[in-house]
Amino acid sequence: MTQFGAFIKKEFFHILRDKRTVLIVLVMPVVMIILFGFALSTEVRNVDIAILAPDPDRMIEQIADRLDASEYFTVKRWLNTPAEIDQAMKAGDVQMVIAFGQHFSGNLLTPDGSQMQLIVDASDSNMAQSYASYAGGIISEFSRELAAAGEERGIETQVQFLYNPQMKSAYNFVPGIMGLIMMLICAMMTSISIVREKEMGTMEVLLVSPVRPIYIVVSKMVPYFVLSCINLITILLLSVFVLQVPVAGSLAAFGLVSLIYIITNLSLGLLISTMAQQQVIALMFSGLLLMVPAIVLSGMVFPVESMPPVLQAISCAVPPRWYIAAVRKLMIQGLPLIYAWKETVILIAMAVVLIAASLKLLNNRLE
Amino acid sequence: MNAVTVENITKRYGDTVALNGVSFEVGTGELFGIIGPDGAGKTSLFRIIATLILADSGTANILGFDVVQDYKELRKRIGYMPGRFSLYQDLTVEENLSFFASVFGTTPEENYHLVEGIYKFLEPFKKRRAGKLSGGMKQKLALCCALIHKPDILYLDEPTTGVDPVSRKEFWEMLKQLQQEGITIIVSTPYMDEANLCDRIALIKEGRFMQIDTPQRIREGYSAPLWVVQTDRMHRLLGDVRAFGGVEYGYAFGEAHHFIAGEGFDPEGLKTYLRGLGHGNIVLHRGEATIEDCYMLLAKQ
Repeated sequence: MTQFGAFIKKEFFHILRDKRTVLIVLVMPVVMIILFGFALSTEVRNVDIAILAPDPDRMIEQIADRLDASEYFTVKRWLNTPAEIDQAMKAGDVQMVIAFGQHFSGNLLTPDGSQMQLIVDASDSNMAQSYASYAGGIISEFSRELAAAGEERGIETQVQFLYNPQMKSAYNFVPGIMGLIMMLICAMMTSISIVREKEMGTMEVLLVSPVRPIYIVVSKMVPYFVLSCINLITILLLSVFVLQVPVAGSLAAFGLVSLIYIITNLSLGLLISTMAQQQVIALMFSGLLLMVPAIVLSGMVFPVESMPPVLQAISCAVPPRWYIAAVRKLMIQGLPLIYAWKETVILIAMAVVLIAASLKLLNNRLE
Repeated sequence: MNAVTVENITKRYGDTVALNGVSFEVGTGELFGIIGPDGAGKTSLFRIIATLILADSGTANILGFDVVQDYKELRKRIGYMPGRFSLYQDLTVEENLSFFASVFGTTPEENYHLVEGIYKFLEPFKKRRAGKLSGGMKQKLALCCALIHKPDILYLDEPTTGVDPVSRKEFWEMLKQLQQEGITIIVSTPYMDEANLCDRIALIKEGRFMQIDTPQRIREGYSAPLWVVQTDRMHRLLGDVRAFGGVEYGYAFGEAHHFIAGEGFDPEGLKTYLRGLGHGNIVLHRGEATIEDCYMLLAKQ
């Protein structure tokens, strides 16, 4: 036990004395959360728009005011002819133009109704879709109010966003970032720190001691487990208080699934370290073989459902995919743990397989 | 009783033969040297007798334990200092020592008497990180860490490589002291001059032990006619001497060149020949064989 304690103490010294490691481990999650939460936001906020109205009148002005008053849009320009649309878009002044037809207000009460067009810069297609639905939402609400006032009759379209009514991108990114950071810290840092001992030659000395290799390795996992828990709490606090993503479900269920996920990743790091002989290799392994799928295939950026079947099949082997799905259910949707049983079981199974494989490969000798 | 009995050890890495049928014995309390250049198989041999790697064939019995079957028992009794500086650079001198003590289930205080002579050099720097120590200090610390659990046998793989001459001398004095404590020591070195400090040595080349004996007997067994030659144009001398008839072969040796004369060698003839080639200040005399000369001769045969 004193041996084990000495190992863990030594490991903490390694981590705390290497400023880069401390920086990566403790600051990176904060930076990533803030980056993804704000800078790389896909939220609609203060988007510049223009209004094209050949016959401006009170009704159009009201709609324009309504759009401008929302936090989503800013009416930047008024245009007179359709030719100006292209010009304004190309100049990058506006991302969307709301074009009103001739005699807009007058036609409202006719059987044909009046026409209105949303013209969106779709070079970023995802954003374009959001702009259109936001603007559509505001306009249909306006028309609903008019209808209530008895001024207009018409069919209204209603789009409703479940769970994320404001379409906040943070809701999407928080589980993704959690999945990514845990993987980075657990799998990458653990594997690198074990392989570093091999590379530095200290593993040689440790092996020629009565300490069983399994203890050497497990003692490496403990500090990173602790760090991951700290990160988990940091991310959770940041997302609740800074990004205002509420924890809708049970904190205990979320914590349990997260701990399982951390253990899965630690075992992954362990497996990598049993195979790699050099830090570079371990880094490549965890960098290319883990990070890329973790970002691309986990559903963090692209929804798994819209991937081709081959990639969907591959994504099943990517732990963050299951973790992200579970966190979405538990944290965002607020469902009880039973709804995430499949994800939880898969993560546990992965951990068991990884640990078994590493124990098989873990050697009592150098080769 | 022998501390080490190695029989017919062979180790291959792919097509490369690292060790080719090595057998030797080391008595308890002996200081045994393995002498040979880099790549001769010294490290592989250490790793096999340290239970770190498995030999392809052959057996090794250390302190009565088989390196394959009883590796767990053996690991409690071995002190091993690998060739590279293998301590934690980011831990202080003190932390390194107490970590390695805990690994072996002891404390630095328990066996302090054993490392005292060495640790006194390190004491003033005990709060310094190991990575910031000089080469000689690093070796001393590594030796302390390898000794802290009072091993019965100590393996030192090129402990003095990259260490200054003064520290090298101190290091060997420490080994002599440890020997007094009854610890069996196996040390490897590429420095032939250190061979004389061992009780017995093995000369290793390309995975084979060419000769095992006391340094003195190895030197005495040297039978070839050894000559030493020196001139004012050393850079050309070796080629010129080799080209001269009656010279078997020559090699650089410190400030002079050594060569072995063949049958019918004429010293005066060589002098004349060298003068003719523009060499001046020619010094030519018979030499007394050192371990290095013995090594060169054996390697040639």
